[in-house]
Amino acid sequence: MSDHESDKSHHHPQPPSPAALRAKAIESLLVEKGLITTDVIDRVVAMYEREVGPLNGAKVVARAWTDPAYKRRLLKDATAAIAELGFGGLQGEHMVVLENTPTVHNVICCTLCSCYPWPVLGLPPAWYKSLPYRSRIVREPRAVLHEFGLDLSPTVEVRVWDSSAEIRYMVLPERPANTAELSETELAALITRDALIGVARLANGRASEPQS
Amino acid sequence: MNGVHDLGGMDGFGAVRPETNEPVFHETWEGRVFALNMLGPGRTPIPVDALRHRIERLDPLRYLGSSYYERWLAAMTQAIIEAGTLTSDEIDARTRELEAVPDQRMPYTENPAHAEGVVGALRAGSPVTRKIRRPAHFAIGDHVLTRNLNPLGHTRLPRYARGKRGLIVLHHGAHVFPDTNAHGLGEHPQHLYTVRFAARELWGNAAEPKATVLIDLWESYLDSDLSKAATRSIKTQPAAKPLPKGLARSETTSKPVAKVKAAPVRAKRCSTKASPPAGRPKKRR
Repeated sequence: MSDHESDKSHHHPQPPSPAALRAKAIESLLVEKGLITTDVIDRVVAMYEREVGPLNGAKVVARAWTDPAYKRRLLKDATAAIAELGFGGLQGEHMVVLENTPTVHNVICCTLCSCYPWPVLGLPPAWYKSLPYRSRIVREPRAVLHEFGLDLSPTVEVRVWDSSAEIRYMVLPERPANTAELSETELAALITRDALIGVARLANGRASEPQS
Repeated sequence: MNGVHDLGGMDGFGAVRPETNEPVFHETWEGRVFALNMLGPGRTPIPVDALRHRIERLDPLRYLGSSYYERWLAAMTQAIIEAGTLTSDEIDARTRELEAVPDQRMPYTENPAHAEGVVGALRAGSPVTRKIRRPAHFAIGDHVLTRNLNPLGHTRLPRYARGKRGLIVLHHGAHVFPDTNAHGLGEHPQHLYTVRFAARELWGNAAEPKATVLIDLWESYLDSDLSKAATRSIKTQPAAKPLPKGLARSETTSKPVAKVKAAPVRAKRCSTKASPPAGRPKKRR
């Protein structure tokens, strides 16, 4: 998990890693034997690099903030409500959305592997799949959230959802103050991936982090 | 299996280190491995339960020392070799060739209809809910005790949640049972529940205040928490009137009425007849 810190800034070519060579060997053999075609691989990579990501989840949340009837449907049957916006598919077949309130804070994880709601959040970040997050978030959620810069009041109940089956969870963050006049699109732009996982809150009228 | 993949509650792994502006794939090969796994060896995707079990059976040191996609690559390579799609020698030989001449051009082939079909399948997903005749043994609001199961095969009952008391808060209907499906032994769907555990129940005095952990658990991982049921019965009999001899309440009549509004009342609730044995669901007619 710390093996990919150095790549980007180097301009001189490094020898390919053993994993890169082996992956290339397997792909080239499968292509030569006619078992797969190169374009399928290209297409799937492009789909998860460009089409499926946390902006989908942000759109769902922005709709829920602006449309109370949609929010009710979302909390009752998240899979169907998310499908209304055109999102769904692998690793999102059975969605449950968890509403944060002033007294309850939800955070999602997968201690056994790295289950994550792909159709609404994309593929998980490396830290979500890392040994520290998977081992610690169920045991000391407040300490982990503190490291993310989120200090929960002692009066707030923290609920950690360990995705041990095929139910996939997404957090519905609290709508920040001072956003009454924003449009749904502007609201979606405020919502970060980390808030949808539950390791961040949204600051008043602006995103707490620029990512997602 | 009690493997190193079962990380919940372990110590010593250090701080969580988020990365700013993280790409979806850090290196090109990660995306290729991800996509190859979506296809499986020779166009038959590996069932996700089987893929997970392959990953958790990796050598423990290798598991801990590998990145996420290195684990996927290792599991995928094994699956491809076991399926007879490629041989280990073939893969090794081609790897050496590529190492000697890294800039070799890859063959490029296409089949746009198949590519669209694969993308369509990913967008559609593959639900794991199934219709079964067996009624749910538990209902929302039931107190349960997780079984102390230690199977050698695949399981989704984390070690940290075995032999623990919790409350059923969601019922998801019947879902494919990974403990059999991962081994090619059939789907044997069972009712799936979300069970809420107080942090103190899981971690004792080391628990953080006001914290709960919610875990999705299949019916055969659970027993009724009889101690809790008894306690509840006592609590709901506040009047100190002792019952006349011979009228001591049976468990079925001492049931507290709808403490949790959503909980449907079930006739057999405190039955000591436990749910079916783990991993060996009853045959259905």
